[in-house]
Amino acid sequence: MAKIIVDGIEVDVPAEYTLLQAAETAGKEIPRFCFHERLSVAGNCRMCLVEVKGGPPKPTASCAMSVKDLRPGPNGEPPEMFTNSPMVKKAREGVMEFLLINHPLDCPICDQGGECDLQDQALAFGRDRSRYTENKNAVENKYIGPLVKTEMTRCIQCTRCVRFTAEICGTSDMGNIGRGEDSEITTYLQSAMRSELQGNVTDLCPVGALLPRPQNFRARPWEYTKTPGVDVSDALGANIRIDTRGREVIRILPRINDAVNEEWISDKARQSVDGLKLQRLDRPYLRENGRLRPASWSEAFGAIAAKVQATSPDKTGFIGGDLSSVEDLFAAKALADKLGVKNIDARQDGAKLDPKNGRASYLFNASVEGIDAADALLIIGSNPRWESPVLNARIRRRWRAGDFHIAVIGEPHDLTYPYEHLGAGPDALAKVARGEGFGEVLAKAERPLILVGAGALAREDGAAIAALAAKLAVKGDWNGYSVLHTAASRVGALDIGFVPGEGGLTAAAMAKAGALDLLFLVGADEINVEPGAFVVYVGTHGDRGAHRADVILPGAAYTEKSGLYVNTEGRVQLTDRAGFPPGDAREDWAVFRALSAVLGKTLPFDSLAQLRALLNKAVPHMAQIDEIEKADAGALTKLPAGALSGAAFVSPITDFYLTNPIARASKVMAECSALAKGALKQAAE
Amino acid sequence: MLQDKDRIFQNLYGYGDWGLAGAKKRGAWDNTKGLIEKGKDWIISEMKASGLRGRGGAGFPTGLKWSFMPKPDPARPSYLVVNADESEPGTCKDREILRNDPHLLVEGCLVAGFAMGASAAYIYVRGEFIWERERLQAAVDQAYDAKLIGKDNVHGYPFDVIVHHGAGAYICGEETALLESLEGKKGMPRLKPPFPANMGLYGCPTTVNNVESIAVAPTILRRSAAWFASFGAKNNAGTKLFSISGHVNKPCNVEEAMSIPFRELIDKHAGGVRGGWDNLLAVIPGGSSVRCVPAHQIIDTPMDFDSLSALKSGLGTAAVIVMDKSTDIIRAIARLSHFYKHESCGQCTPCREGTGWMYRIMQRMVEGRAQKSEIDLLFDVSKQIEGHTICALGDAAAWPIQGLINHFRPVIEARIDSYTARADKDAVKVAAQ
Repeated sequence: MAKIIVDGIEVDVPAEYTLLQAAETAGKEIPRFCFHERLSVAGNCRMCLVEVKGGPPKPTASCAMSVKDLRPGPNGEPPEMFTNSPMVKKAREGVMEFLLINHPLDCPICDQGGECDLQDQALAFGRDRSRYTENKNAVENKYIGPLVKTEMTRCIQCTRCVRFTAEICGTSDMGNIGRGEDSEITTYLQSAMRSELQGNVTDLCPVGALLPRPQNFRARPWEYTKTPGVDVSDALGANIRIDTRGREVIRILPRINDAVNEEWISDKARQSVDGLKLQRLDRPYLRENGRLRPASWSEAFGAIAAKVQATSPDKTGFIGGDLSSVEDLFAAKALADKLGVKNIDARQDGAKLDPKNGRASYLFNASVEGIDAADALLIIGSNPRWESPVLNARIRRRWRAGDFHIAVIGEPHDLTYPYEHLGAGPDALAKVARGEGFGEVLAKAERPLILVGAGALAREDGAAIAALAAKLAVKGDWNGYSVLHTAASRVGALDIGFVPGEGGLTAAAMAKAGALDLLFLVGADEINVEPGAFVVYVGTHGDRGAHRADVILPGAAYTEKSGLYVNTEGRVQLTDRAGFPPGDAREDWAVFRALSAVLGKTLPFDSLAQLRALLNKAVPHMAQIDEIEKADAGALTKLPAGALSGAAFVSPITDFYLTNPIARASKVMAECSALAKGALKQAAE
Repeated sequence: MLQDKDRIFQNLYGYGDWGLAGAKKRGAWDNTKGLIEKGKDWIISEMKASGLRGRGGAGFPTGLKWSFMPKPDPARPSYLVVNADESEPGTCKDREILRNDPHLLVEGCLVAGFAMGASAAYIYVRGEFIWERERLQAAVDQAYDAKLIGKDNVHGYPFDVIVHHGAGAYICGEETALLESLEGKKGMPRLKPPFPANMGLYGCPTTVNNVESIAVAPTILRRSAAWFASFGAKNNAGTKLFSISGHVNKPCNVEEAMSIPFRELIDKHAGGVRGGWDNLLAVIPGGSSVRCVPAHQIIDTPMDFDSLSALKSGLGTAAVIVMDKSTDIIRAIARLSHFYKHESCGQCTPCREGTGWMYRIMQRMVEGRAQKSEIDLLFDVSKQIEGHTICALGDAAAWPIQGLINHFRPVIEARIDSYTARADKDAVKVAAQ
């Protein structure tokens, strides 16, 4: 710790703190453009200049100077800095004037207006008028991809985007060409950015140079109603803010949560919003003579009731979807229990995960924050870059910190960091388990992280692979056995036991022709149900499930309901309702509640609050919002071993941009997907 | 006047053999092993005692700079980097060393590298110096062949010298931009701290020195610090290469004792000012980036760091640009301001935006197409750049203009007045076009 006096206030801060951080500790605000907490220090905007006593007679960039670099006074008194002296005020005015001389005066037509750092800081720290009478510089626009619209004349060369793509994304897409006042920010030959996190540059950009293209001219920042939510496009459960204007969700931004997503979200989380209003199911449908026709709720319930009466419980089944909230699945399960149905399953991909093996067997036990502490990483059957780009960025950051051995068993994708590729399938894992090769690294590691993906678990020998992997992961208090799920609902579903009861069928078995007569799909779109069964689909989009359905009951998407989601590390998170479902659609739990009354098996709750009370009684940790209920690592040692097949691990995600019905309905995601595939083709040519 | 026997660069004009044989004849590589055997501490204390101040422009004591290098660490080698990216307008002293006395530099690299515990020296040669680079490379090759440097050389201190050719950017003469460029990155200055002595080339301790500072070191050590310190005024010791250009009868490079009065320097070596001393208008005494000094102030000033600082100018690289009364001083400074606008790297805001702004105002000032209030604006803009940037290029861009306004404000005002007086006619012309 080091003492420093900021404007007369003495504070005690860690010696490696920058002056800017020290000033913030003392409650002094320092303007900045290039500085960003999660990026390297560039020190180039010069907005954060402060006066330092005893230093050279010129202002110092507070973002780049650490407290320990300052010399104490002649009698050992702490160094002193000033954030509001005349020198500082003049320096800020000067820098602000320079930033503005070549910045266009187009605030009235700039989407950044209202949340623009330059606007705000010009108001707070700038001069009140311009002294610049020359012509302004203009910069040609650049194409940098379908998600980011550019207006490069507005760019102030803070290089946040350059550092972001280089450091966080690991793709180094953006760079600075030219020099002096001719320098321009661009991608190489104006090619599209390749990162799955590229949308974050629009948040980072302090001015209106990089803007989200799909939200171009859609709304002003002050018009939005802002609702905290949780992203469901992957199992990380990134914290998001849902911005709505009127009924419409216009944009999704990240919320800061250092334990989960820091302040990044993937492009799928951010820009599949247009999918929320395309292909929506806004009324019930009934299939008659092979064609779906609009129906009323009572007609639809009547048809279901007739089918339920005619079908025995062992020929009835429920499959839970990937985007369903815990409440939705809990209500569906409650109905299934009332009907005496044992065939329930939420593992559409057939992952060999079972709550009876203990909660540790299906959680990302190391926790997302634990990645920072890990000292070796083995990735088994997963492509984290596509399965959870934000988590992958965290792994990359850990790798950048150094001294971190990474190995992959499975498909050798470009993960944005180098790794040792040990092999394609279980053979390589068996070798590691015997302590050969990378096994030695793991043996030496104190906190090895074993990241197991769906590619390793959703297969016949998944349980055996899990048992093998778990053996490598536990060392003392450290439990590094970490399952990276691909579905946002998965951990919640396993927590409430949305798995086959005694003698029940798994999802894959239920989908087989002739297995069932009546199948409820609770937003399940990732499974191919073979002909035969009468399918009731409760969901949001006219996607795979709806196409197969005989009765469609319209449900609410994740922005349209209050719901719990448990992320891959077991963190219970609550999302708020940002809007209402379209047309006649209702929240899924309410649909099951209403249906239960029609079936004469009324479920014991009339409101979400009552449902949650029941849920909390059945699964107590669901009440601990934003907490992780630690799983007992001891269960991992009891995982049943088994025979391994020789087949290679294959990640279930073949197209990052099209993994759920919302994304598949999104035009923006379709464009990204086409571009990504084109890029692959180009690379292969 | 400095006697020939006291000149360090005996072959400055290239009349003799630049190669190893000729250099040895002139005294280079003489008992270098003996110097090295006296040890690091002796070398550094001799350098400190000699009072040598860095010849790149800033004038930081060289011996002191060498002493900042941390103790040798096998895991983290130290480097000596020689800044031969001589691009300052008016300066052409290092060029002559590279051309005609390269062995003094190579020997200096070994001695300096040994004193600071460096494992290698990188000589970063300016992009435009093609021939000089070839000559230097040839000298380095000769030294390798003669086992003067290299892994197992006769001096018993393994040391490599690598000649690196830049791509031709003024900013790469800034020490940290030079290191970036040497590492293969875009030549943009780094933030300090950390200083290169802690985190320099490839993150290792590094000292960056000017060619002249390194090249004089062996001779100082051979002839003693006292000999070197006997030249020049207090705190401004030694001999120095002056590059005299502009309106003198015989522009030249010359090695002279520090603190020689300006009049003596010009009369003795450059054949006097063109048209006589009464015709002298102003002098830029230290390369383009110091403030110009009007004739009456400079004529009898000793040419050294402290005396010129007192005139709010500087010795810089001792590139003396002499301007007689035929000079359009506004246009001359406007040209410099174009140079700095062109060479600004664009990393930090004040320099990137401010150099262009100053250049545009200067362009109008040349014609007189400006308001008198804009003179104050221009001065204020230059003050907003000065001291607010990452490196010294911002200061270098601001100083010439400040010098102009400080000393020649009436000239600018007269220019504006004469333009204003013509304004009617010009306006008619514009309308008729």
